[in-house]
Amino acid sequence: MARAVTTRRKAVITACAWAVGLTIFFPILWTLLTSFKTEAEAIADPPSLFFFQWTTENYGEVLQRSNYFRHFANSVIISVGSTLLGLLIAIPTAWSMAFVPAKRNKDILMWMLSTKMLPPVGVLIPIYLIFRDFGLLDTRTGLVIVMTLINLPIIIWMLFTYFKEIPGEILEAARMDGATLWAEILYVLTPMAVPGIASTLLLNIILAWNEAFWTLNLTASKAAPLTAFIASYSSPEGLFYAKLSAASAMAIAPILIMGWFSQKQLVRGLTFGAVK
Amino acid sequence: MATAHSRTAARLMISPAVLLLLAWMIVPLSMTIYFSFLSYNLLSPGTERFIGFLNYEYFLTDPAFFAALGNTLLLVGGVLVITVIGGVLLALLLDQPMWGQGIVRILVIAPFFVMPTVSALVWKNMFMNPVSGLFAYGAAAVGAEPFDFLAHAPLLSIICIVAWQWLPFATLILLTALQSLDSEQLEAAEMDGASKLSRFFYIVVPHLSRAATVVILIQTIFLLSVFAEILVTTNGGPGTASTNITFLVYAQSLLQFDVGGGSAGGIVAVILANIVAIFLLRMIGKNLEA
Repeated sequence: MARAVTTRRKAVITACAWAVGLTIFFPILWTLLTSFKTEAEAIADPPSLFFFQWTTENYGEVLQRSNYFRHFANSVIISVGSTLLGLLIAIPTAWSMAFVPAKRNKDILMWMLSTKMLPPVGVLIPIYLIFRDFGLLDTRTGLVIVMTLINLPIIIWMLFTYFKEIPGEILEAARMDGATLWAEILYVLTPMAVPGIASTLLLNIILAWNEAFWTLNLTASKAAPLTAFIASYSSPEGLFYAKLSAASAMAIAPILIMGWFSQKQLVRGLTFGAVK
Repeated sequence: MATAHSRTAARLMISPAVLLLLAWMIVPLSMTIYFSFLSYNLLSPGTERFIGFLNYEYFLTDPAFFAALGNTLLLVGGVLVITVIGGVLLALLLDQPMWGQGIVRILVIAPFFVMPTVSALVWKNMFMNPVSGLFAYGAAAVGAEPFDFLAHAPLLSIICIVAWQWLPFATLILLTALQSLDSEQLEAAEMDGASKLSRFFYIVVPHLSRAATVVILIQTIFLLSVFAEILVTTNGGPGTASTNITFLVYAQSLLQFDVGGGSAGGIVAVILANIVAIFLLRMIGKNLEA
């Protein structure tokens, strides 16, 4: 609204908003701070916010003791792998739906979305048994397959909403100039679609990184990503707050940073274009 | 300009995704339906036999089912109430002019990116722990008895943890909707003498209601399947005090190896989710035409 805002009003709102923002963020901040404390200071009474002996020993210890890198690598392979595989399948699908209009497209899209609404427990047992019989339990391959399938509808939807905004006339012009289908995709569509593909990639890596139903149920130790690794801290021995915090901080930091970059796409991707 | 050639190509390009999703949906789901009519325990292989609807009868008359159904509804309802009301208030606040809006936005959104196992463990240990959690210090500081949240109010504690994770989602979507509100409409109403309150209730609220519906439906789909938060905080307990349907089916199938009973439970969960999904799909479908 084009209206002068008094400085006082703005100051009050700023103070309120910062107070609320910091309160919501506090558990994350507290985890980050605790990760730099010693175990004794982590449970000290009274707890101290900033004035403690800063140390990075927890990070060293987590890295040394627990194969942290393997779990981190698992998370990267599973989330990035499944997203890339999903994109490979989804790009042609979304492309043809956006540019070759057909009556059934809307039904297909809605049906794809409906598969996303299937609660995972509905298929837990068959997937578990199929994985067991094919030797896929606790393998990265198995998890990449499952993650690709559960995120495929979102990937197709997001790409579809982005592709639909590309003017079809440009493609027709390319076609008139004799471009083949693949040339059309490679040289005309792809450069224009890169921003949309990039945001789809980002959001789906985040979703796959944080997925905690299949990763917990289908892995034991070898292929366990960070979600499952952190869950192993739920039955702790001795003092562990600082180490838990360090492990948590490393698990959420990369995704937190990616998430902040993908705020806008988040709304679009998670509401399937219903809110823009 | 859809030629016959491009239509064939389009069909070829759509089919891999369709076939994969079809397989993903139909193969396991029909297996679940099949298993749900069998007496089938992984501990005694080779003794599977057809028992009709007996698994459903057992599952639906089990007191644990009613507890889990109640908990599921409380969990979904509780989180929705907190996140939608909190989300509207936060969105209205964040929409005002202020200094450092971008940073506040980032702070508010952050919990959504924290993986469920991390947020559950951080809340469980560093905040709700009755001996060394921050809440216990807070209670001691004002001379109150520390409260063992996860032992005495397990479901409420889980509702709070999950609400913390989903509040950013609701806020972000409602804020996006709020920012797309046509400000000229508000100014016109103001010039016509509409009061601040009536402007809010007759222009802002109707505008937000659509986004709020989307928030409610999408969150419901995810909240029906809350799992990791329960697994790492209470393991469904004490007793069945914090077991939801998802956790009950998990416990029955992968802890007790009762494939038949677990499958029947899984199908019940699918039916519950479908009721919500129908409404959601109808809304999104309408938007697709617009």
